[in-house]
Amino acid sequence: MKKVTCECGHKNPHGTEICESCGKPIEENLEQKKLLDMRYEGVARRSQTYTTTIIDKIWMFFSSVKVGIWLIVLTLLASALGTLFPQEMYIPPTANPSIYYAEEYGYLGEIYYLLGLHNLYSSWWYMLLVAGLGVSLIIASLDRVVPLHRALKTQRVTRHTNFMKRQRVFGTSSISQEEVDSTFSKVRERLEANKYKISEENGNFVAEKGRFARWGPYVNHIGLILFLIGCMLRYFPGMYIDEHVWIREGDQVVVPGTDGQYYIANDRFLLEFYDENDEIFGEAIERSGSPVVKNFQTDARLYERTDADTVGDLGELVEVAEHPIRVNFPMSHDGFNFYQLDYKLNELKTMSFTLENKETGDTFGRMDIDLYDPEPSYDLGDGHEVIIRDYFPDYFLNNDDVPSTRSKIPDNPVFIFEMITPETPEGEVSFVGIRQNLEPLGENDYKMTFVDVETNNVTALGVRKDRTLPILIAGGVIFMIGLIQGSYWAHRRIWVQRISGDVWIAGHTNKNWLTLRKDIDEAIKETNLKSPLDQVEEKEKEVEVPNQTNKNED
Amino acid sequence: MKRSRLIMRTSILAVIAIALAYTFYSNFIADRSVARAGNDAVNFALQDLEGERFELEEYRGQGVFLNFWGTYCPPCVKEMPIMEDLYEEYKEQGVEIMAVNVNEPELTVNQFVNRLNLTFPIAIDKGMRVSDAYGISPLPTTILIDEHGEIVKVHTGGMTEGQVKEFLEMIKPGT
Repeated sequence: MKKVTCECGHKNPHGTEICESCGKPIEENLEQKKLLDMRYEGVARRSQTYTTTIIDKIWMFFSSVKVGIWLIVLTLLASALGTLFPQEMYIPPTANPSIYYAEEYGYLGEIYYLLGLHNLYSSWWYMLLVAGLGVSLIIASLDRVVPLHRALKTQRVTRHTNFMKRQRVFGTSSISQEEVDSTFSKVRERLEANKYKISEENGNFVAEKGRFARWGPYVNHIGLILFLIGCMLRYFPGMYIDEHVWIREGDQVVVPGTDGQYYIANDRFLLEFYDENDEIFGEAIERSGSPVVKNFQTDARLYERTDADTVGDLGELVEVAEHPIRVNFPMSHDGFNFYQLDYKLNELKTMSFTLENKETGDTFGRMDIDLYDPEPSYDLGDGHEVIIRDYFPDYFLNNDDVPSTRSKIPDNPVFIFEMITPETPEGEVSFVGIRQNLEPLGENDYKMTFVDVETNNVTALGVRKDRTLPILIAGGVIFMIGLIQGSYWAHRRIWVQRISGDVWIAGHTNKNWLTLRKDIDEAIKETNLKSPLDQVEEKEKEVEVPNQTNKNED
Repeated sequence: MKRSRLIMRTSILAVIAIALAYTFYSNFIADRSVARAGNDAVNFALQDLEGERFELEEYRGQGVFLNFWGTYCPPCVKEMPIMEDLYEEYKEQGVEIMAVNVNEPELTVNQFVNRLNLTFPIAIDKGMRVSDAYGISPLPTTILIDEHGEIVKVHTGGMTEGQVKEFLEMIKPGT
C-alpha cells in the first residue's frame, strides 16, 4: 500500500489529510491559508480511498454518510406513510381488507391497500430499508472509529507550525527567554488543576481533556445496532411468541406455541363494576350513563406436562402456577406472560328440561344437559326416559335442508329428543331448541319443558414470550450512554509550543469553543502570554465592519 | 495489508449477509407449520370411539391416512362416505385411516358416525392436543404418513373421490 511519509518521519496511510503524528497538512493542503478541516482528525477514511473489488464498492456504498442519511430519510417517510391509515391488524378482524380500505377511506384507501401499505411494517422492502440502515450504521462506524482511534493514539506533542497556525483558536506571544520556563510550568499547573492531562516533549506540551467524548457517537451506534439485532431476533424461532387463547370457565386448554408443554385452566372469570351508590363517585358513574368496569379478572392455573412424550396422552399435569390475571397484571412463568385480552359473558353451558304430560301438566324428573358433552340418555325415574337422538350445538338448516351445526360452540343448541314413558313405550320424538318445540312426527302426549339454563364466561388470554426484550433494553441503555457521552463532554486540546523564540498557543475542541478559550485564558492568567484569538470570529468581524461603514454612508 | 483488509471486509459483509438472509428467509419463506411434507410425523395417541387406543407409532410399516374433521364442516362431511367406501380395500393393502374429530361432543360425533355407518377408526381430540401438535387450522386437513412414519403430503380442504384414492395409493407400503 502506498504510504505518505511526512517530514516528521511518520508514515501515513494514503488519503490522509493531516499527518497523524505531527499534524502537518499533507502536500496539497500545505499552501492554503484556510483553517484546517479537523473532522475525524484528517484521517484517511479508508473506504473512500480504495475501490477496486466489488466488496470494496459495497463497503464504500454503506460507508457513505450521504447514503446513510438517505436511508434514514426514506425509512422515516415510509414509517410515516404506514400511519396514514390503520394497518391491517388494527381493522376489525371480520372485515375484508380489499373492501374495507376503499369503503372507509375512499380512493386514497384503495390506493393504500393496492400498494400494500396496509401491511407496511412487515413488507420486504421496509425490512430491507431497516436492514440497509443497520448495515450502514455498522460499516460507517467501523470505517471511522478505527482510523480516528489510531490518529488520536499516535498524535505527537510537538506539532508542525502549519498545523498550529491553521487551528481555529491560535495566538503567539513574545516573552523574554528567562520567563519562558516559569510561565510554562505555571500554565501547566493551572491546566492540570482544571483536569487537563499534560504530555510533554522537548519543552512543548499538549493539554488534553475529555477524549472519551469522541467515542460517544460510536457507542451510540453500537446501542442502535444492538437494538436492530434484537428486532431481527424476533424472527428467529423460539425468540418471540404472541398468541391468544379462549378458555371457558372450568376448562383447560393447551397453551399455543408451547408444543403441548403447558396447559392453562380458567377457574373463574370475573367482571366487576364500580358501586353505583358510592358516596363520592356515584354521581359521576350515573353521569357516564352506564356501569363502569372496575376489574376484568381471570383466575388462572397453569399446568406443565411432565412425562408422556406422546401427544394426546395427557401424561401427568403438574400445577406450576396459579394467579389471578387482571388487565396489565399478567401471570408470568418461564418467560411466558399471560395477559387478560378479551371475554365473552354468559355462554350457554347447561340446559335443564323436565318431561311434562301435556294434558295433565304433571312433570317427571329433571335433566341437566351439559352442552359440551351431553349424555346419550337420561333416566327420569318411574319408567320415564329421554334419549337424545341428535344434538346440534349451533343449529342451522344447511343448503340441502338438513339440520346441521355451524360450529361446536353451543350458541344455538337444538336437540332431537325421544321421550319414552309407560304410556308411550314406543317413544315420541320432539325437536327442541331455544324457544322452539316442534313435533315433527306427529302430535305427542308429552313434551320437554325448559326449566333452567346455566351459563359461564369465557376469557381470552394473550400468550406472550419475548426473549429479545433484554437485548432491546441493553441496546437502548447503550444508546443513551453514547448520547450522553458525546453530548455532555467535549474533547479539548491545547498545544503550547516554543517556536523561534515565541510561545505559540493553539486550541481545538469538537464543540463549545467559548469554553475552550475560557480554559486557556484561565491558564495564562498572571502570565505575560496573550490570549489566543478565535480565527473564525475574527474573520466574521472583518466582514461585519465594512458592512457597518456602508450603513453609515447611506 | 490490502489483502487482509479485503478478507476483513468480506467476512464482515458475509456475517451481515447471512444474518439478514436468515431473517428474511425465516419471515417470508420458511414454512413454520408443524406438519409438512418431509418431516417425521409427530407420534400421538388417542382413544377411538370404540375405546381402543390408537398410537401412531404402532402403525410403522403401514401407511396412515390421518384426517382432521368436524361435523360442522361441510367438506369434511362430504368426504367421509368416500373414505368409508375405500377403507376396507386399502386396509388390506396396509393403509389405515384415522379420522380425528376436533373436540366435538361425543354424542354429536357418535350420532354422526351412526348416521353415516362409518367403520374406520375415529377418535375425538379432547383438548385439541393432537390438532395443536399438528398445527391444524382449516378443516378438513389430511396428512399422509408413509410406512416409515414420514409425512408425504399435507392436504388442506375437501377431497374428491379421485383425490382420496390417489392419496391412499401414495402411502401404500412398498411403493
